[in-house]
Amino acid sequence: MPEVDRPLSPHLQIYRWHLTMALSILHRATGLALAAGLLLLTWWLTALARGPEAFATVRAAIDNPLGGLVLFGFTLALLYHLANGVRHLLWDLGYGLGKEEAFRSGLVVLGFAGLGTLLLWLVILAF
Amino acid sequence: MIATGRSDISRIKARGSAKSGAEHWWRQRVTAIANLLLVIWFLVSAVSLSGAGYEEARAWLGGQFNATMMVLLVISLFWHARLGVQVVLEDYVHGRGLRLAAQIGLDFLTIALVVSCLLAILEVSLGS
Repeated sequence: MPEVDRPLSPHLQIYRWHLTMALSILHRATGLALAAGLLLLTWWLTALARGPEAFATVRAAIDNPLGGLVLFGFTLALLYHLANGVRHLLWDLGYGLGKEEAFRSGLVVLGFAGLGTLLLWLVILAF
Repeated sequence: MIATGRSDISRIKARGSAKSGAEHWWRQRVTAIANLLLVIWFLVSAVSLSGAGYEEARAWLGGQFNATMMVLLVISLFWHARLGVQVVLEDYVHGRGLRLAAQIGLDFLTIALVVSCLLAILEVSLGS
């Protein structure tokens, strides 16, 4: 990086962490994780097309505690990114930009992602 | 005007994105709305398919509605992911050559994966 001869804004580490900041970086982190998750979707689809043996390999990789944990993580990431994405769309329309509102909508997003993930997995494990 | 998110006045005053930033921003949001609807279908399907064997999964994807939805899901999700990862690369990959290489690599990878998915859906859909 070239040296710059002008005042720079304080770097990220300077600020005290607060919820909206953490959720913002979490949106990017979950987005990246989900992009990687598309590899799993591709694997599942191509295996389904190739035949029973290829499909059995995918199932063996998923159908164990570690695979289940990974899928649980993807569900959590997906529901978080989905709900926080709606939060972003509402901001784009000009709603909820105030400090208090942004904090509260952040809590709603976290609650939705957590409860939604638990609910989906309860249904999966119960049936 | 609406399709790019840019107003005529911004062009007249020569303000706003000089390149394709507005288009990128707009596409990211259009695919986000599409993803919202498609992912709800996907989650419901995934829950109902959990533990499904080969025959059951194939019959499911072989249905015309599910195959259509899966094609739309693949296109919309990969498009959205491609736009998002592009921004991350722009932020964290330094050096013009390396950044350019990363962007081209991302495009190649995305297209290869999308084609793989679509051919797989087509094969299952036509074969059943």
